[in-house]
Amino acid sequence: MAPRIGVFICRCGINIAAYVDVPKVVEYAKTLPGVAYAEENMYTCSSDGLNKIKEAIKKHNLDRVVVASCTPRTHEPLFQATCEEAGVNKYLFEMANIRDQCSWVHMREPEKATKKAKDLIRMAVAKAALLEPDDEPEIDVIPSTLVIGGGVSGMRAALSVADQGFDVTIVEKEPALGGKLRGFDSLFPHKQKASEVLEPLIEKVTTHPRIRVLTESRLKSVYGFIGNFDIGVETGKGVETLKVGTIIVAVGAEVLKPRGLYLYGEDPRVVTQSELEQLLHTGSVNAEKIVMIQCSGSRSAERPYCSRICCNEAVKNALNVTEKGKEVYILYRDLQTYGIHYSRLEQEAKRKGIRFLKYQADKPPTITAEPNGLKVSVYSPTVNETVEVTANMLVLSTPLVPVSDAKELSQMLKVPLDSNGFFMEAHVKLRPIDFATDGIFVCGTAHSPKDIGESVAQALGVASRASIPMAKKRVRTAAIMSQVDQTRCSGCGTCIDVCPYNALRKNEKGLAETIAAVCKGCGVCGATCPEKAITMHHFTDEQIQAQGLAALEED
Amino acid sequence: MKPVLVIGGGIAGIQASLDLADRGTKVHLVERTPSIGGVMAQLDKTFPTMDCSICILAPKMIECYRHPNITIHTQSEVVGLEGSVGDFNVKVLEHPRSVDSAKCTGCGLCSEKCPVKKPSTFQAGLGQRKAIYLAFPQAVPLIATIDREACLWFTKGVCRTCEKVCPSKAVDYEQKENVVELNVSSVIAATGFEQYNPKDIGEYGYGRYKNVLTALEFERLVCASGPTGGVLNRPSDGKVSHNIVFIQCVGSRTQTTGYPYCSSSCCMYATKEAVLIKEHEPSSHVTIFYMDLKTFGKGFQGFVDRAQSHWGVNYIRGRPGEIREDPVTKSLTILYENTEVGKVERVDADMVVLCTAAVPHRDNGKLAAVLGVPLDGYGFFEVGDPVSAPVETGKPGVYVCGSCHGPRDIPESVAEASATAAKAAEDAARAEVGQ
Ligand SMILES: Cc1cc2nc3c(=O)[nH]c(=O)nc-3n(C[C@H](O)[C@H](O)[C@H](O)COP(=O)(O)OP(=O)(O)OC[C@H]3O[C@@H](n4cnc5c(N)ncnc54)[C@H](O)[C@@H]3O)c2cc1C
Ligand code: SF4
Ligand code: SF4
Ligand code: SF4
Ligand code: SF4
Repeated sequence: MAPRIGVFICRCGINIAAYVDVPKVVEYAKTLPGVAYAEENMYTCSSDGLNKIKEAIKKHNLDRVVVASCTPRTHEPLFQATCEEAGVNKYLFEMANIRDQCSWVHMREPEKATKKAKDLIRMAVAKAALLEPDDEPEIDVIPSTLVIGGGVSGMRAALSVADQGFDVTIVEKEPALGGKLRGFDSLFPHKQKASEVLEPLIEKVTTHPRIRVLTESRLKSVYGFIGNFDIGVETGKGVETLKVGTIIVAVGAEVLKPRGLYLYGEDPRVVTQSELEQLLHTGSVNAEKIVMIQCSGSRSAERPYCSRICCNEAVKNALNVTEKGKEVYILYRDLQTYGIHYSRLEQEAKRKGIRFLKYQADKPPTITAEPNGLKVSVYSPTVNETVEVTANMLVLSTPLVPVSDAKELSQMLKVPLDSNGFFMEAHVKLRPIDFATDGIFVCGTAHSPKDIGESVAQALGVASRASIPMAKKRVRTAAIMSQVDQTRCSGCGTCIDVCPYNALRKNEKGLAETIAAVCKGCGVCGATCPEKAITMHHFTDEQIQAQGLAALEED
Repeated sequence: MKPVLVIGGGIAGIQASLDLADRGTKVHLVERTPSIGGVMAQLDKTFPTMDCSICILAPKMIECYRHPNITIHTQSEVVGLEGSVGDFNVKVLEHPRSVDSAKCTGCGLCSEKCPVKKPSTFQAGLGQRKAIYLAFPQAVPLIATIDREACLWFTKGVCRTCEKVCPSKAVDYEQKENVVELNVSSVIAATGFEQYNPKDIGEYGYGRYKNVLTALEFERLVCASGPTGGVLNRPSDGKVSHNIVFIQCVGSRTQTTGYPYCSSSCCMYATKEAVLIKEHEPSSHVTIFYMDLKTFGKGFQGFVDRAQSHWGVNYIRGRPGEIREDPVTKSLTILYENTEVGKVERVDADMVVLCTAAVPHRDNGKLAAVLGVPLDGYGFFEVGDPVSAPVETGKPGVYVCGSCHGPRDIPESVAEASATAAKAAEDAARAEVGQ
């Protein structure tokens, strides 16, 4: 039966229509082979636009749909769902990106933009004609979560998942739960004692009937996919295997120890902010004049990020030591006292006489060790002079840096790190705590530096995200995946080696086969197989060839 | 399982609703205005990734609309709450749209013909809408609404044009307000924030000088779907502006306005808007006057570094003392103290953008009274223990997320929204085992 393709061309307000002659493109689309209907929409993705697609499917008996608009990254699921509602399988849908890849890049050449839009639609239609319906495999989700890391984020995430009615295992590499908070004295902005937060939390976690804690344990292996992960954990007693449905990464971060910077490691009077924290904890700060230097090792070429919490930590510690009658100077570049609570802390610090001196990145302070103190000399642009202070103690506000095994973990879990080595979320704006890999989530400072309240908020956030598939009990995985033709496969194993997701394995006959739920449809195996035994669903050779040939045709 | 009430349909309320609905919980999403979307729907791009804001938001809005577990109540407010966690009785007042939502197709013919013009809230007052209007082209739900205070029929008893032109017979002048009663297990407030109106800062001339805009107005001006189609025509004479100055911390970080806190996202959105200007016209001059550059979020420092080194955005530390307008050309001069040389200097600009404080929503007081939860000294919702319980109000079963409890950017609002969904899910699980 000949295909009946419907083509919907979006004006996207003026985003497309100002540069592409949409009515002309609609007329052109109607002439393409297989196209039974074409129309333009102001916004195809609006509820009105979607209704029009559904109406047209019914009225014109369409069996395939092409939308020419923006990007499938954000809009494909919506259009596919609309097709399904009107009885057209979602794999019979194809998109042409005539905005991001056409109107936006050819704003100054509307004729060419119009021609390119026609080309892109011709290609999409050529592929659409060859599309096949597909089913999405449904899988059961094991109602259990693995939390990697037993700091405050990991514990809060675990507690919430457990309170939502699912089992949790926490894997912590240290002998005790608590993470960084163990070394803290008080917590900003309200100066609560760290132990008052930590102790009850550890108590709740260790006594919760649904939570298991494995300390002195490390993740060894991860196989599987959302709903069915097989985890290997090395404990003191050997390797234990776990089966979980979802995974939460809460491994935290480490504090930079900046050897060599501002005499750190060379002069015992130079400490980091967290070392000061410990001295405060034990009540052994014996310096009358203290200078703190912000951005020690951050916002630099080597670490081009702001560590978010060090300014606030400095202000908090400065307030603590002034209460003990000491004099404090904070040398800063830009004070990151954001939001309501930290702004209040900054104001309090200024009221209490803590001296803030701005310095410039290109003129950092210089330190000279003298017997009676550390001479700090710094040019401050706000007072336009070089200020000299002799301090008994120098405190470096150093950034949080990724944990040393972040890379190893990221490879095991097959999730990415960002350019600074922190774990990289699926989408910076709208999926801040998901990984692109389904079923794996990230929270706390593993994601980027943040304070405890913010880490807890993210921890609760992932507790929701990780519980959604468990609450649903079953998930559907995309049908875009590889399929090995057993009659052509020679069993050479090339595909198994190249697959970045471990989605292929050898069956009992020694031939390759796809683990459907793991395959992400990236196509690397298909492109590499020397026997051409692998077909990529929804991206078959025939479909891609038809698209390529259509690109070469003239309109 | 009982439903959950979500108040406020900005990105925070949308995400909280979707998380709950996806796990199988019914949600009632109550939004005060005719469409969900909040401030994010008005933004052009978003820092630091420069994603088109409405392009990434619209699919989420539509998802809410289509989700079988979500009921959206627009032009509505929560007017009553009784009971306790697991068993709240809620009253939602739905204001009349004067349009039958079951019949309206969002075709817009009515507003085309309506004779009354009003400044458009969506366009931050820079563009106009009619007395009957669609909030914006991607509005959800895409249903017209009549502004009864502007409509000639409601004010003067004449016209009824929209009724005649509507092909779907959707206009209904008789529509009454409606009170919906719900029983829910938990409540999530996500009512967002507003922008400080800088007219009280006389030195900057906002309101008097046409070419002094707020950052939100500028978002509309620079947006392809804005009133000028994204061309930087300045309001006084339509001249395309190539020389633009931003002033940070307007109304923020000062005791005089009553908002002494840092609004958290303005340094970054100014940087974003500056880059947008440069993207539109690389030869433009952009200067940002700042106090401290807040680069504390993921990817922020890299974004600022690129704005400086690649785009040539000029950052000057200082709070300008005054803006002067040339009475003839309407161009502006900014006076500021250069602390490095210790004297007052000046820069000229075609247009000035004021990055104003994020302030509490004006309705917060009313809503807090209904919900029985506290506000802080400024009027934001107050979280009792920001360290250990960052989304809890202190009243069991009532949670807050997003910028309604202090300025926040989009990803923080989204993560917190999921956090409130987790708390509501915990409540539901507890109710099930009968604890
Ligand atoms: C000029 C400007 C540029 C910005 N740029 C960026 C950027 O590039 N990137 C970024 O991350 N952030 C940016 N932000 C910040 C961003 O806008 C906020 O983080 C985000 O909008 C917060 O979402 P929200 O849902 O908390 O609030 P809102 O978006 O304000 O949504 C709140 C919703 O609740 C509704 N509501 C209010 N009161 C009630 C009530 N009583 N009953 C029912 N409903 C109610 C409102 O109508 C609204 O729809 C920018 C802000 C501004 C002002
Ligand atoms: S928080 Fe402060 S000290 Fe830390 S990197 Fe940022 S600006 Fe520097
Ligand atoms: S009746 Fe009111 S809303 Fe309708 S067209 Fe007339 S003025 Fe506009
Ligand atoms: S009220 Fe009628 S004319 Fe107006 S948008 Fe709705 S259907 Fe169209
Ligand atoms: S974010 Fe920047 S502009 Fe906004 S109040 Fe804070 S310091 Fe001022």
